[in-house]
This record gives sequence, structure tokens and C-alpha cells, in this order.
Amino acid sequence: MVLDLKLENVSVEKDLLAPGHRLCAGCAEPMTIRQVLHAIGEPVVVGSSTGCVEVTTTPFPFSSWRVPWIHSAFENVSSTICGAEAMYRSLVRQGKMKDEGIKFVCFAGDGATYDIGLQWISGCMERGHKYIYVCLNNEAYMNTGIQRSSATPFGAWTTTSPDGKASFGKKVHRKDVTAIMADHNIPYVAQVSPHAWRDLMEKARKAADCGGPSYINALVPCQRGWRYPGEKTIEVCRLAVDTCVWPLYEVIDGEYKLNYNPNPKRPVKDWLSSQGRFKHLMTPENAPIVEQMQAWVDLQWQRLLERCRVA
Amino acid sequence: MTTELVKPTAKYKGTPKGLEGDRAVAEAMRQMNPDVVAAYPITPQTEIVMRFSDFVANGEVDTEFIAVESEHAAMSSCIGAAAAGGRVQTATSGAGMALMWEVLWVASGSRLPIVMHAVNRSLSSPLNIHCDHSDTMGMRDAGWVHVFGENVQEAYDNAIQMVRIAEHPDVMLPSLHAFDGFIIGHSVERLETLPDQAVKEFIGKYTPKYSILDWRHPATFGPMDLQDYFFEHKRQQVEAIQNALAVIEKVGKEYGELSGRPYGLMEGYCLDDADYVLVGLGSTMGTAKVAVDMMRESGAKVGLLKIRCFRPFPQKMITEVLGKRKVIGVLDRSISFGAQTGPLCLEVIASFFTNKVSPNLVNYVYGMGGRDIVPAQICQMFKELIEIGKTGSTDPVQRFFGVRD
Repeated sequence: MVLDLKLENVSVEKDLLAPGHRLCAGCAEPMTIRQVLHAIGEPVVVGSSTGCVEVTTTPFPFSSWRVPWIHSAFENVSSTICGAEAMYRSLVRQGKMKDEGIKFVCFAGDGATYDIGLQWISGCMERGHKYIYVCLNNEAYMNTGIQRSSATPFGAWTTTSPDGKASFGKKVHRKDVTAIMADHNIPYVAQVSPHAWRDLMEKARKAADCGGPSYINALVPCQRGWRYPGEKTIEVCRLAVDTCVWPLYEVIDGEYKLNYNPNPKRPVKDWLSSQGRFKHLMTPENAPIVEQMQAWVDLQWQRLLERCRVA
Repeated sequence: MTTELVKPTAKYKGTPKGLEGDRAVAEAMRQMNPDVVAAYPITPQTEIVMRFSDFVANGEVDTEFIAVESEHAAMSSCIGAAAAGGRVQTATSGAGMALMWEVLWVASGSRLPIVMHAVNRSLSSPLNIHCDHSDTMGMRDAGWVHVFGENVQEAYDNAIQMVRIAEHPDVMLPSLHAFDGFIIGHSVERLETLPDQAVKEFIGKYTPKYSILDWRHPATFGPMDLQDYFFEHKRQQVEAIQNALAVIEKVGKEYGELSGRPYGLMEGYCLDDADYVLVGLGSTMGTAKVAVDMMRESGAKVGLLKIRCFRPFPQKMITEVLGKRKVIGVLDRSISFGAQTGPLCLEVIASFFTNKVSPNLVNYVYGMGGRDIVPAQICQMFKELIEIGKTGSTDPVQRFFGVRD
């Protein structure tokens, strides 16, 4: 683990997720995983839900993981990794094992987090298991072929919320799982984006050191599902943050803190127009949908500023 | 072929107690002192988690008890905890087991020796909390070792033996023992418990080959496994569960030396000269023993075969014990809808076919949703078997006993 979070240090350190995995070029997931693991270092035990990361990093007999790794099913990575964490506490307490400060981390998609797995995460947060839950949020079920989840934004095309003669795409806004997790009164919650790598890595460290359950919601653009050229991933990340579609903030022991206030704040349309999944919204007849999206983002941003006590 | 087991002199003197099945199992869990227990309350298993919570609260066990928010989470946590290399147990019933179903397969496919105390309960709908075997029969193909107990003593004894069976290097599979909800779970019976030290010695220490906590030797658990390897892994599971037959017998014999109560794959009652034999599982076998005695008083050559080990199914032994009888009735306390008979009877028929014998056979489905069964009804079954012996007609093969038409 590098002590000083500088690019020159991180770039020469061994990656705990080895190269050669089968994730798409331009995918933001491996960069996010590597940033988290560089930040918190060994000893660490990782769990993944069923999804892109699981199928691309562990096609038997190959594994890209240089750390202990477990996958059980789609919805239950939280309970699975917390079972291991409970065993660790038990063995240490009984003197059957030395306490080496092992950290426990989950990497799971937004489908596994916002939809099918929400109960399992909520249970583990309530019980106070000491682990870091990282949602790799690409805003749809990408591994099964771009189906809408409750993290999918309003207006987006997906294969189960297609636009058409009678549809402008997804009809409802995404839900706010970061706030739901903060309302579990756990010690640390944050939103991150891999373009802001230092912010992400510092937050991973805070999560590891917070002494209880923690939740990190990472926006991880998917070039296949969002329909943009793979080399634009970091640019798309930055746009999400600069348009306030994906604010960077953290909640430490219940106190909201804004980590980045874009100046100037860019219009949501800039973000929408960067991706093919919103292409159908760029027509004159769908202009009111874009306006609705802008109004919703403004409202969410305003509420966040109030929570963060930013004037 | 004999189903008689030699009763050895017990190494340890037991302590007589009066306990419900659930409390007896909780007591066994206290004595086994698992590293992690993850469980959710559901009738009629609830008493187990309540009693065990008391042991945790009073510091009588070292267990990390995870009071999870669902049975799916219970089994998921058991999987993570078992992969982390310690002893793991859980308990459930009925709908709870049904909710676990997906991850029961993950536990067996991952070769994790989790032990489950299953208190049999019917499945909805309509809602019913009482005993039948729909729950554990519903997961009979999930790759778990699966034994049944007849009474409180057996529930206690089986609980302790499952650890040794599950963790045996030739097996390494999750294992459950089932006992009837309410009838055993909530009924006070006399049993003898072993001294704590005896249980500790019997189960010994568990050192897993791999653990996800061994971070200096990182291993990948639960990978994606496609057309090129999946089938071989399933084939290995088949071998492992077949290996359990010998292990269950060995562990049962050792347990006999410890306690004076030996266990095998099955138990016969008045079988030696019996022409008419009932076969079944669970608490009804106790009732059936009374019925056998009643029938024997009038000179009828009837007998009983109680199956203890359902998965793996001891097909050879079943055929050797039953193949030459005149008429056999198989009791099922669950229904496989659309099949010709209940699950146990299907297994018995398949065993006969495999081993090329074909005695007269009928299937009795009884006791669904906790419907009571009494010795007089079982005597009636025996009388039917005797009648079939005279007429040779087994039509209909599946008969529903104790139900209003």
C-alpha cells in the first residue's frame, strides 16, 4: 500500500487486480477497483456480486485476483463478505487467529445494489459489520445486456426502457441509494467518480478506517451501455460531476460534506448529449424532457447543498 | 442383510434430561460451540435460535451469532463464514428453507461443510406451520447430505454427528439433519446428553484446506465456470456425496462407542421374519413401532424399516433388506405433484429397478400439514398390505391416508 497518494507512487505499485481480465476497453470498473485497492492495500478480502466484474475476472481456471476473493450469488455479496468478517472476528476473539487488520470489501453493480440486493446490504449495515461496500454504478444491468435498473436515469434508453413512438425512455427518476445508506447512520458514506482519483482513494481510506460499515457509490460509465466511444470514459465521468448529475460528497458520522462544487455548473444537456443512450432526447419534441431532467438535477443539487450547509 | 447395530458399552455416561427437540439441538450447538451461527427465526425452528441466543448472551459459547434479516441472508453469511475457514451452523424450517433454496446450491457447489438443523414444516399455500417434509424434500437435489431423526434423542445425536460427516475430507459437503416440527421440535421427551468434553473430543478440531482469510495464499472462491469445467465439478460433487454413505456409517459407529447409541443408514424393527413391511422417515416411525407391536400380538408377520439417511440414498442396502418381502408400503409425508408417488417411494422404486427386484409395493401419503397419525391407522396400512399379499393387486399405487375425500 502506498502511504502517500501520488501518481508516481501508485503507478509503480503492484496491482491487486491483475491485468489480463476480460472487462471491455474503456470500462470504468477496473480503474475504480484498482484505485480502491491501491488506497487500502493488503490484507484485504474481496467479494463480488454476480455481474461484469465477476464473470470477466474469474473464468475458471483463471483468476485476475491477487487477493482472496469470493462470489456467491447476485443479491448477497454483502451477507457473504460479512459472514467472512464475522468469522474473522470470531477467530481473532477466540485467539485462533492473529488480528492483522484484514479489511473486507464488496464490489457490486447497481442492479445488485439498488434492486435485487438492497435488503442484504441494509441488514449488514444495520448490524454494524466492518466492511466497505463499493457500488460500481453503471446505471443499468450491463452484464445481461443493458436492462434498466432503479439506478438508471430518467429518459435513458435501455433494452427494457427503450424509446419509441410512445416512449421517451425510462419514465421515472433513479432512486437515491447513497442517501438511503446515509440514513442507516453508518459512520461513512461517499459518492465518487474515478476521474477524481485522489478524491476516490482518500474516501476509500476513510471508509477502511471508519471503524464500522461504509458505503461508496462509484459512477462507472459503461461505453457499451451508454453508447459513447470507449476513450471518452474519463471525460463522461467529469461531465457527470460538472453538470451536478453525480455530485461528489461524503457523509461522515451523519455530517454531509460537499467535496466539489463545479464552477461553472454545466447544463445537464452537455452530459445527455455525450451519450447515445440519450440521443432520442435531443429532438425538439423531447426538449421538455431535457428541461424536466435539468429541473430534477437542480432540485437534487439544492437539497444536497442544504444538507452540506453550503450557502 | 441385517439392519441390527451392535450396542457397544458407552465410553461416557449420559445425563438424563427432559427437553423439546429444539432445545436439545440448541444444547448440542452449545456443546459444539461453532465459530459462527447465522440464523433467522421461523416457526417451528424459533426455539433453537432463542435458546442459542441465550447461550451467546451468557457467554456460554464463543460463537459470533449473526441475527440476519432473512434465511437467504443466513445461508449467504454461512457461505462467507465457512469459506473463511471455521465451523458454521444454521437452523431453519419450511418457508425459510424455500427462501434459501438458491444459495443451498452455492453452499454445496462450493464444497463448504455447513451444518443445518432443519425442523420440518409444510410449505405454503395455504399457510401451515405444522409438520410435513415438503421443505427438506424440496431441496433434496441441492447436493446436501440429508438425514432424518425419529425423536428428541436422535435430533440431538444427529446434530453432533453432522459436523463430522460434513467435514470429512472424502465428503466436504454441507449437511443437514431434519426432525419433525412440533412433533419432535416442541415436544418434551427424555433424552441423554453427553458431557461437554465428550462432544468436544468427538467433533475434534477443524482445519480447512483453504480459507479466504489466508491472505498470504490468496484463493478465488465461487468463480464463473462454463461449458469447459462445470460438468467435471458437478461430477466431483456426485462422488463426494456417494462417499458420505461410508462416512455416515463410520461416524455413527464411533458415536455409538461414545454414547452407547450407534447409528447406521437405516434401522429395522421386527424385520427378520417380516413379510409385510412399512418404510418411512421421521417421528412417525416411533408411532409405527407401536403399530408393529399391536399387529405382532395377533401373529401378523409385519415389520418396519426406518430410513435415516435419505441423501445419499442407500439404494443397495434398501434392496438387500426389502427385495424379498411379500408386500411393502412406503410412507411419504410430502407430495411430488404430478409424480406417481411421494419422493421416498420414488427412491425405493428406483432402487428396486436398479437392482432388478420387484416386490409388491404401494405408497401411503399421510400427515400433510401436521395431520395427526395414530397407531390404529398404521395397523390399517398393515392390514391393506396383508390384503395385497392375497390379491396381488397394488392398484392404486399411491394412496392418501387420513384425508377426507
